[in-house]
Amino acid sequence: MTDASWPLYEVFVRGKRGLNHVHVGSLHAPDDEMALRNARDLYTRRNEGVSIWVVRADAITASSPDEKDPFFAPSGDKVYRHPTFYAIPDDVPHL
Amino acid sequence: MDLEREFERVVAAEHRVEPRDWMPDGYRKTLVRQIAQHAHSEIIGMQPEGNWIGRAPSLRRKAILLAKVQDEAGHGLYLYAAAETLGADRAELTRNLVEGRQKYSSIFNYPTLTFADVGVIGWLVDGAAICNQVPLCRTSYGPYARAMIRVCKEESFHQRQGYELLMTMMRGTPAQREMVQDAVDRWWWPSLMMFGPPDAESANTEQSMRWRIKRHTNDELRQRFVDMTVPQAERLGVTLPDPALAWNAERGHHDFGEIDWAEFWRVVKGDGPCNAERVAHRRQAHEDGAWVREAAAAYAAKKRERAV
Amino acid sequence: MDNAYEALADEGEEKHWAFGTGFTAALTGVDRALPAGVERADLVVYCLMLGDDALIHAQRLAEWCSRAPELEEDVALANIALDLLGQARLLLSRAAEVEDAGRDEDALAYLRDEREFRNVRLVEIDCGPGPGGDFATTIARLLVFSSWRLAVFQRLTASADPVLAAVAAKGIKELAYHRDHAAQWVLRLAGGTDYSRERMIAGLTQVWAYTDELFTTHPVETALGGVAVDPADVRAEVAEVLDTVLSAAELDRPEVTQVAALAGRAGRDGVHTQALGHLLAELQHVARSMPGAVW
Repeated sequence: MTDASWPLYEVFVRGKRGLNHVHVGSLHAPDDEMALRNARDLYTRRNEGVSIWVVRADAITASSPDEKDPFFAPSGDKVYRHPTFYAIPDDVPHL
Repeated sequence: MDLEREFERVVAAEHRVEPRDWMPDGYRKTLVRQIAQHAHSEIIGMQPEGNWIGRAPSLRRKAILLAKVQDEAGHGLYLYAAAETLGADRAELTRNLVEGRQKYSSIFNYPTLTFADVGVIGWLVDGAAICNQVPLCRTSYGPYARAMIRVCKEESFHQRQGYELLMTMMRGTPAQREMVQDAVDRWWWPSLMMFGPPDAESANTEQSMRWRIKRHTNDELRQRFVDMTVPQAERLGVTLPDPALAWNAERGHHDFGEIDWAEFWRVVKGDGPCNAERVAHRRQAHEDGAWVREAAAAYAAKKRERAV
Repeated sequence: MDNAYEALADEGEEKHWAFGTGFTAALTGVDRALPAGVERADLVVYCLMLGDDALIHAQRLAEWCSRAPELEEDVALANIALDLLGQARLLLSRAAEVEDAGRDEDALAYLRDEREFRNVRLVEIDCGPGPGGDFATTIARLLVFSSWRLAVFQRLTASADPVLAAVAAKGIKELAYHRDHAAQWVLRLAGGTDYSRERMIAGLTQVWAYTDELFTTHPVETALGGVAVDPADVRAEVAEVLDTVLSAAELDRPEVTQVAALAGRAGRDGVHTQALGHLLAELQHVARSMPGAVW
């Protein structure tokens, strides 16, 4: 059985105005145009007014690219980005 | 080893494992197998209900059923996508399915004989699937958990449409009520089998629980399903075909009769009423579509060449 | 039933991904009175013509469910079938309402016989996945049908019947998508492999023999001036759309003899191909075999 499998695309959807595009999953398509259409059918059931990005999975550059890397540790020099850096007394409400 | 200890810590702390994280080989293999079987089940599961789309007896039911079967294709796709984050290749997984090397849920190896089966599948089969799947929304592997959240949201519509169809039919003619009872009689036991073998015989449960891939044992989920379903059956006015079914106040659960495990294993091993038919159907669609997939790939390649 | 499962899961995550399935009983607030000067029987027939086209085409497209060349395409074809089924329900409901004889959409879909169906023959023939065709034939039909119907619906938005106008306004967005989907596939099949090109040409040739009927004015369409669209008026426009797609795909317009009508009568008059009877046997079987049942 010959088989021409289609490349993998990652799909990002803006659910509504005011939100970022969010990664929702992936799909296969022969090319960019069909990927966009398939994404619309699959991930939004053609809900009007949303915005979709598709990008070939092999075009994405990611940090931690190989599996030898350990888990993402919070970068040591930027602990101030993490809320736990700030010692807050327990009796301060809603924080 | 550090990586392994870090993995164990993350899992034990109920954090999610993500695709590029280090993970033990066994964890990866178990997940690929489980997610692929789950995806295959969605895809094969299109067939028993798809059998009735052409004959659905009202236009509203036709639309609901078509949308439902379409959702199953969607669920299969979400799950294949999750499997691909682990390095599996969908084409390969599809080959495993059509060549009979990978399994899918045995429930789909039973035939759908009347339109009431559509309702009963929604109520019992999707109900059992939801019991199995909802805990997976918290499974340790991130992409699987996220796919399951989407799947579960859509499944609850499936179950409700099934129950609503049955309620409508039970309010209809005597022939319709008989049809519903007949479907319940045929699907009840296979639905209980959907939770898999008893815990004592379940090969993978213990390790999967430790890795937080599974969250509850087969028997726990089966009991939960029975407890949930009994009052629904009463409300519907159907009898569940198990004389041993009774409330046990001491346990706080329903007791129920012995499942025919010989039948379970027979169907799992390929000898159910529809095993061959389901796989042949999938294989046929896949083979018939090969020239279309090839054409689209060739077109894309030509376009890329021209663009250079 | 609502919350039976909540105890099993964390709630509150990603709520914005709960998608509806979207077949609402649209057209709320539209004036449903019979427009002045319109012959009731004519409007019923016209609604049946457009409604049956959509119903029968949806039935054919749904045959692909679990048989499409790829899972993504399974989802796409089901979406198109669902859109057409939605259009059919609105139009058959309108026919029933105007007829005012106690029938509803289901009585019209399930209890009429073959000779009472008003769809064009193009939508009823087997274009695959049955033995009568394949994916290319299905795409060829979808291209022709959606190009034609889109052109008709664009004009129908100005119909003197507010219900038809509203159905058309809702439908054109759907039909534009269907046409685009078909056109994308025509390009890929025609420009893919030698084999797929051959199949695409064969598919177009097969369905082209049923195209004249789409543009043949029916007496009801003449009688309903201002309410109905005269399909002869969209012939040039549709030809231009199809030529654009064909030329982008480097294909010639098929030169074929049209399938004959019977003494001038065809689908719009209830004179069909043999395929329709079999299609209806499947569609109507359960509904007819249990009289008095409720679904």
